[in-house]
Amino acid sequence: MENQIGWPDQLFDVLKGADIRQVGYVPDAGHARLIARCKADNGIRDVVLSTEEEGIALAAGAWLGGQRSALLMQSSGVGNCINMLSLISACRFPFLAIITMRGEWAEFNPWQVPMSQAVEPVLAATGVKTYRVDSADDVADTAQAAADLAFGGDLAVAVLLSQKMIGRKVWVK
Amino acid sequence: MLDRRKAIATLMANRPKDLFVVPGLGSCTYDMASLGEKDQDFYLWGAMGGAAMIGLGLALAKPSVKVAVITGDGEMLMGMGSLATIGVQRPANLAIVVFDNQHYGETGMQPSHTDSGVDLVGVARACGIRQVYEVDDEAGLQTLAGELAGLKETLFARVRIAADEPTRVLPSKDGVELKLRFRKAVAAAG
Repeated sequence: MENQIGWPDQLFDVLKGADIRQVGYVPDAGHARLIARCKADNGIRDVVLSTEEEGIALAAGAWLGGQRSALLMQSSGVGNCINMLSLISACRFPFLAIITMRGEWAEFNPWQVPMSQAVEPVLAATGVKTYRVDSADDVADTAQAAADLAFGGDLAVAVLLSQKMIGRKVWVK
Repeated sequence: MLDRRKAIATLMANRPKDLFVVPGLGSCTYDMASLGEKDQDFYLWGAMGGAAMIGLGLALAKPSVKVAVITGDGEMLMGMGSLATIGVQRPANLAIVVFDNQHYGETGMQPSHTDSGVDLVGVARACGIRQVYEVDDEAGLQTLAGELAGLKETLFARVRIAADEPTRVLPSKDGVELKLRFRKAVAAAG
């Protein structure tokens, strides 16, 4: 483990390898390193959003223009996306989201818990497939599988990064 | 006050081949369809509040084409934060045109915020969009049509139209068909 690059850098490599050209995001502690990598890369247009649902529409527009995109957010943002996901579903846009989970492991803020519990049911109900990652060793492979499914199969796919994994790797110093 | 169907016809009268339009759901989709259903128009039937952001993603992905989002005041109000997001990005090839009748036509003509004085041009300007237009007459429409055809800077325009409901002209509502043909047309634009 010590010799490997961190999972945010692995995620960045997956996004680059998948030819992701636009990344929409709402600033997020768990995604801070990945967002910084995207901002620093000249081949990726980083688009900071005022709410996560903007990123759904951005992804649709990017695809119409011939580019692949990814949306980075935390679990609370999923609730902001629900109706806009009908755009992805009705038009069968490929869609890739990478979601950092809150409200599920050693959470100190109870306000994070309700949406956290709703993430998987909401995404299932709106036609987004979910891949959950609980171990840093699985991040790259899972993200790659999600990107393959999204852009190979014209499907909506979200990778859920568990709070247990994020907490141990990023927040606890 | 301007008639919406005459206004859309004026704006699109000399439409260049590289201008792609994203009309917002409801009346603006019908307005664009009234000019004839085209591969270059991505007709929305839902995703309320998302039209401007679809335009942004498209404009960023394809700098060689021009993108006009033409949507209603209610749709724009639902995605008002996207004006801030667009103000940060400011792609040179994106125009947001709001057909403002100050009402929600699709649901029975209830008044919108703009009917109570909310100023969308002021919002756009405050979000950093520098090229803004208030259009309330034929001359203004002609000017806007020229700006769309020669788009060089992120543009926001409010077109004040009458609150009426012309006969609906319905384009395809098959999202997959709309996506595929529009994407192919964008790709063919070089």
